[in-house]
Amino acid sequence: MKTVIATKINGLARHDAVADNLLLIDYLRETLNLTGAKQGCDGGECGACTVLVDGVPRLSCLTLAASVAGRHVETVESLVQNGRLSALQNAFNEKLGTQCGFCTPGMIMTAEALLRANPDPSVEQIRAALSGNLCRCTGYVKIIESVQAAACACAGHKEGACA
Amino acid sequence: MNPKPNKGAGKRMALVDGIEKVTGRARYTADLFAPEALVGRIYRSPYAHAEIISIDIEAALALPGVVAIITGDCCDVPYGILPVAQNEFPLARDRVRYFGEPVAAVAAVDEATAAAALRLIRMNVRELPVYTDTESARAPDAVLLHENKKGNLERQVHNEFGDTAAGFAEADLVREDSFQCAEIAHAQMEPHAAMAAYDVQRDQLTLHSVTQVPYYVHLTLAACMRLDASRIRVIKPFVGGGFGARVETLNFEVVCALLARAAGGTVRMKLTREETFLTHRGRPESTIRVKLGMKNDGRVTACEMEMTMRGGAYGGYGIVTILYAGALLNGLYDIPAVKYDGYRVYSNTPPCGAMRGHGTVNTRFAFEALMESMARELGLDSVEVRRRNLLVAPTDTINGLKIMSYGLGECLDKVEQASGWRERIGKLPPGRGLGVACSHFVSGSAKPVHWTGEPHATIILKLDFDAGITILTGASDIGQGSSTIVTQAIVEVLGVDYNRVRVVANDSAITPKDNGSYSSRVTFMVGNAAIDAAENLKKLLMAAAARRLQVEPELVECLGEAYIVTGQPERSVGFNDVAAEALVDTGTLMVKGTYTCPVEFQGGKQKGGAVGSTMGFSYAASVVEVSVDQELGTVKVEKVWTALDCGFAINPLSVEGQVQGAVWMGMGQGLCEETVYGKDGKHAAASMLEYRVPTFVESPDIEVFIVETIDPNGPFGAKEASEGPLAGMPAAIAAAVQNATGVKINELPLTADRVLEAISVHKRGAARAKPLATTKEKEIA
Repeated sequence: MKTVIATKINGLARHDAVADNLLLIDYLRETLNLTGAKQGCDGGECGACTVLVDGVPRLSCLTLAASVAGRHVETVESLVQNGRLSALQNAFNEKLGTQCGFCTPGMIMTAEALLRANPDPSVEQIRAALSGNLCRCTGYVKIIESVQAAACACAGHKEGACA
Repeated sequence: MNPKPNKGAGKRMALVDGIEKVTGRARYTADLFAPEALVGRIYRSPYAHAEIISIDIEAALALPGVVAIITGDCCDVPYGILPVAQNEFPLARDRVRYFGEPVAAVAAVDEATAAAALRLIRMNVRELPVYTDTESARAPDAVLLHENKKGNLERQVHNEFGDTAAGFAEADLVREDSFQCAEIAHAQMEPHAAMAAYDVQRDQLTLHSVTQVPYYVHLTLAACMRLDASRIRVIKPFVGGGFGARVETLNFEVVCALLARAAGGTVRMKLTREETFLTHRGRPESTIRVKLGMKNDGRVTACEMEMTMRGGAYGGYGIVTILYAGALLNGLYDIPAVKYDGYRVYSNTPPCGAMRGHGTVNTRFAFEALMESMARELGLDSVEVRRRNLLVAPTDTINGLKIMSYGLGECLDKVEQASGWRERIGKLPPGRGLGVACSHFVSGSAKPVHWTGEPHATIILKLDFDAGITILTGASDIGQGSSTIVTQAIVEVLGVDYNRVRVVANDSAITPKDNGSYSSRVTFMVGNAAIDAAENLKKLLMAAAARRLQVEPELVECLGEAYIVTGQPERSVGFNDVAAEALVDTGTLMVKGTYTCPVEFQGGKQKGGAVGSTMGFSYAASVVEVSVDQELGTVKVEKVWTALDCGFAINPLSVEGQVQGAVWMGMGQGLCEETVYGKDGKHAAASMLEYRVPTFVESPDIEVFIVETIDPNGPFGAKEASEGPLAGMPAAIAAAVQNATGVKINELPLTADRVLEAISVHKRGAARAKPLATTKEKEIA
């Protein structure tokens, strides 16, 4: 069975016929060619597929596409605005919060939700918010530094001012 | 024009492909689509050990939408990374040897059809005994997994360098202990994937895959498919980590290609996380007995180790692993006599292989742990005992390895000071502890797997009418930043701006052959080839600039984006004009650079002596601080201080990232990572939930100190930075746990149940959770 759903994907309205059992990750990746969200596990274990649904981080591999009807889905592809990297993207790049990059889109989207809710998180709050996102390259140290640097930049401070 | 010296090497900079990664633009293998692509799926053995009587594919083949099904009949050429140990087929023939081994493969129009087809395949077998431990596999009456390997021993290694008997006789204290390390997996974030396109009209194949070694994949495809290598093109897109999982050709890569040929088209194959675990090639379960002789002042007089590895069902890198484990007893400390007995055993578990710190990690755990307890017994400080055993470079080890630079002493100084070791050791509250350990690793195996006579690394620089420099490299960036390091090396030599340089990597039709990203070879070997290529290009540019400036070449000075007459900066010509001049009469420039490790660095004369040989060893020391909940047995690593002698940090930011990642991975092995198999050989931890890697919550701050010894042969003095720091971690953690609780644990990982068990046994008054096999003691003189 297919259902026509009306959604907003990265700010743009869409109408698509989706199978009832189609997962959001496959809708994004295979139908819309938005391959930023990654499948790193067999369901709900690694966080690499995290996207925002109405601003809340969701594992797109455990979410049915049909369930986002009427909602706004944001993926990592939405973050570049007017050609500029977002504060988090810039920080993950500059601070080496990314190595192989496979966990990075999910990591950045989870952090994006955190910073929208809490613009000045403590290290412990960053750890807690990102604890469902696994990374195998960095040991997480530079990811935490990246999120801190992004928070600092969002607050309008110069680099290093929030250290 | 702003001449900026050292804007290449030594610059702390982001990855050259970082923007792709943070924007989601980076395309990994599973992100590649072809509208016509079929879905490939693998039927895997539900038996861990069985003789195949028949495979029934008729019903599956009859399913509408199934385009092709292949079985072991499609390929009778065995493969394996080592030319001497090729005993694996892409799809099992006659016999399956581990649960999950590929038996058949389906190409179908969509996922659902492929899945339905798999459910219709039947396998008729005669079951054989399943050996999931080395003891049962080595029993005299055990069925042989491979007929030519008596006792299920893939390889045994016996060697002695120096006189260990004399060394032990000379010692003031001799101790022997046993250790057990669980098998672990790479668990790189990207599950395996491949896409194969077969051009039936031309008999040509293009494979995209997640490999670290496209060249070996290329060779294996040619052999297994009986296809000229020239008809094959292998492309490596972005790769989501490797850590050694992908340093040999993996079965699914060949299966995908065979399936594409059988289907006469394109097949896209995405393995599940469970299948990725089953493909494995991780670090083997190891049983270790080690004996050390020590003088009262802490100097080690002799070392003896017996290492038994459960290697899994096929050869893979196994022979190299068992050799590494012995070879790298040497090269870290000054030990006059070393005896090693290694046993690599076949078992009915997924094949083990190379994993970050290949061969050395479990060896190092046992060695450092015993050194630690002997130091305690002699009343020596843990840092000090390591200082007593330092080498002096340059030197040759007793097993024929060359050490040209050696910064371990300085590494110890750094972490001792930063951790406040002297002030804090022995004065921490109960449940809190400090531990230290050292480690090292090769900067590339000095002898390649295939002895073809070619240089060990090649880089091509293309300079064309646009005055852009394109780096053509076969070096596989798997997230470790190799493309960045190569770019920095070239910018350092030529002095040009970064936006003039781009990297094109890993397309066998375009880029030069590279042996691949293994044994931490890329920075050292490809870095040196990059310098050579850039210098060769620079010579042409200097000559061109001299023509334009109408002076002798010796009078030209390169400022990178401009060339001037020395001492007369007003007589200047810009890079674009120099490039245009360089192309006159010759056209597009393709300049090559190469690097080869000289033969005297390629190891000792003994059998297997090439394993462990390298141009330069990295050295690392780590101090770990832990807290232990003595009621629950949980260990939390609070902080790590690691110092690494990487020769020279071409990119200090990248070195820090590599060190942190290595230390953290070593912590995972020390604390929580463990593959588990049932008696029936079924994997009991083939998911990211059951195979526990540390999360943000369990992961500490890791402070990194870079020690620069400027290796005489390294590119700008650099050595490797990604593997060396790993191997010390399990022992440092175990030492810290002992410091915190008084309990010594010889079994990895130090999970809460193991720690709690050890604490309760300790409380009941027993010295250890398990009695030692043997303990030989000598009076302290």
